[in-house]
Amino acid sequence: MSILIYADSSNGHLTKNAFEAANYASQLAQKTGDKAVAVVTGNVSGLDQLGKFGISKVLHVANAELNNFDPQKIAHAIAEAAKAENSSVIVFAHDYSGKSVAPFLAAKLDAGLVTGAIALPNTDGGFTVKKSVFSGKAFAEVEVLTPIKIISVLPNAIAKIENNVTAEIVDYTVSLPSTNLKVKEIKKESSELSLTEADIVVSAGRGLKGPENWGMIEELAHVLGAATACSRPVADIGWRPHHEHVGQTGLAIRPNLYFAIGISGAIQHLAGVNGSKIIVAINTDAEAPFFKAADYGIVGDAFDVVPKLIDAFKKFKAANN
Amino acid sequence: MNKILVCISKAPDTTSKISFADGNTKFDENGVQFIINPFDEWFALVRGLELKEANGGNVTVLNVGGADNDPIIRKALAIGADDAVRIDAKTDDALYVAKQIAAYAKQNSFDLLLFGKETIDYNGSQVAGMVAELMNLPYVSLASKLDMNGNNATIEREIEGGVEVIETSTPFILSAAKGMAEARIPNMRGIMAARTKPLTVVPAFEATNSTKIKSFTMPPAKSSCKYVDAANVEELVSLLHNEAKAI
Ligand SMILES: Cc1cc2nc3c(=O)[nH]c(=O)nc-3n(C[C@H](O)[C@H](O)[C@H](O)COP(=O)(O)OP(=O)(O)OC[C@H]3O[C@@H](n4cnc5c(N)ncnc54)[C@H](O)[C@@H]3O)c2cc1C
Repeated sequence: MSILIYADSSNGHLTKNAFEAANYASQLAQKTGDKAVAVVTGNVSGLDQLGKFGISKVLHVANAELNNFDPQKIAHAIAEAAKAENSSVIVFAHDYSGKSVAPFLAAKLDAGLVTGAIALPNTDGGFTVKKSVFSGKAFAEVEVLTPIKIISVLPNAIAKIENNVTAEIVDYTVSLPSTNLKVKEIKKESSELSLTEADIVVSAGRGLKGPENWGMIEELAHVLGAATACSRPVADIGWRPHHEHVGQTGLAIRPNLYFAIGISGAIQHLAGVNGSKIIVAINTDAEAPFFKAADYGIVGDAFDVVPKLIDAFKKFKAANN
Repeated sequence: MNKILVCISKAPDTTSKISFADGNTKFDENGVQFIINPFDEWFALVRGLELKEANGGNVTVLNVGGADNDPIIRKALAIGADDAVRIDAKTDDALYVAKQIAAYAKQNSFDLLLFGKETIDYNGSQVAGMVAELMNLPYVSLASKLDMNGNNATIEREIEGGVEVIETSTPFILSAAKGMAEARIPNMRGIMAARTKPLTVVPAFEATNSTKIKSFTMPPAKSSCKYVDAANVEELVSLLHNEAKAI
């Protein structure tokens, strides 16, 4: 038997989330005594890197038609691989691609799917996976009742353990179904770090007063190698792009470090960010609810504090590089 | 002229206190106000209505669940859907729900099947993609824009750090995210009209569950916030480095 992962790629390289899925699968495989196998689709290089996280075999489906994302075709390729490799568990990252492909595959294989897993499965008498629910306000233990189990792992939820093996890379040919879906164009904002993958996120809210004041937020993010995010009203009034909106009705993220600058900390905002490991709140109002969710707080004016923080982080980076 | 199906799910209001009953095995609905799942209402339903207003057609809302869901279904009708169907089935497993929707939709050929990108309670992001597979239809997830030209669709979809532009044609399935439309508030006329619009109840289709929630837990309480003086931000840098090990 095997544990199979779908390792996603972007611009011809495996994503950070692909390695997280590999890490999850190989930790599970060690527990169950199975082999961890990856499926990669399209034109991707650096496949041997998956060996670092315990993947011993990579099935590379290099069909050119998979260079573009088509969940129906990718699910078909993974289903074929799962049959060939006798896979009992299939692991995805709970990101844009996993959210598209995993449900297809679950219906195709009549398999129970747990999305947004935050821990390895408990396999003592059953197969139960802990997942985040109510946008991070609670967790549920979900039992999977079907012979094949599918899991998508929340980014940044599982500690990575390097487990060097040599990955055997196999060219894998699958005949794909024709589908009525054509990718016409991909508009990548490649200079930006993707929010769900970022270790550090600098987020700001209505306290910043206007879009013209985001320069210092971007600079702070740049100094820290962080992604930028915002509260919902800020995206709604068009100060920032929609894809930066985090919270219950935006993106749910769990970086290692989250800066909330001029954000009050409404329950709907906290729901999407309270999985962050460390939260720093900066707010003029000492009573702002964000301080109750924060690990560190500065009561102060963002226009005074953020420039000082930029300098302090710059000094820190210079001294520590 | 498109026949549009919008699938709506019930969700607890975003300000609800989340707690659990029966030895932490059940969500405690006591005192909880239920709403249409925001992604379904704000984006899928409203975009469906806009397309109908522009091109003609019909918008049916579909909900899987018990009679206690009827108020949110009536709200969807008040916002502007033409008619509604409720499949009288339990909703504790995504694949089971998807099988209900697919079985119904197969009997009633729709051109567009619109969903929200996920529910705000179980955050599954599962049902739409499952229905697509069960009906063998193209599926675009996390769509932020949908334009129809006759039966041809141009769709923008969020991807990691960018946007993908996709073309397909009816019938297809889409899950809607922010950007797709602006929320609408039902007016008095809509609310009155909704009372007499048809709401058909369909019995559950045969299917089995693929998952089961065993128990719920709450995240550990945060220890209290450590304050740093605004005049001494270097201290924050040092705490983040030495104590939190976050930088
Ligand atoms: C159904 C529903 C879903 C929602 N979903 C989301 C969601 O997903 N994400 C989300 O973010 N919100 C969401 N909201 C909105 C949420 O309730 C809040 O309204 C929103 O988060 C507030 O944004 P804010 O903190 O930027 O603005 P405000 O609440 O206006 O807060 C601004 C803060 O900035 C502080 N401030 C002002 N000036 C300064 C300064 N110079 N320096 C430092 N601090 C300053 C103020 O003290 C205040 O705390 C949702 C609401 C509803 C009803």
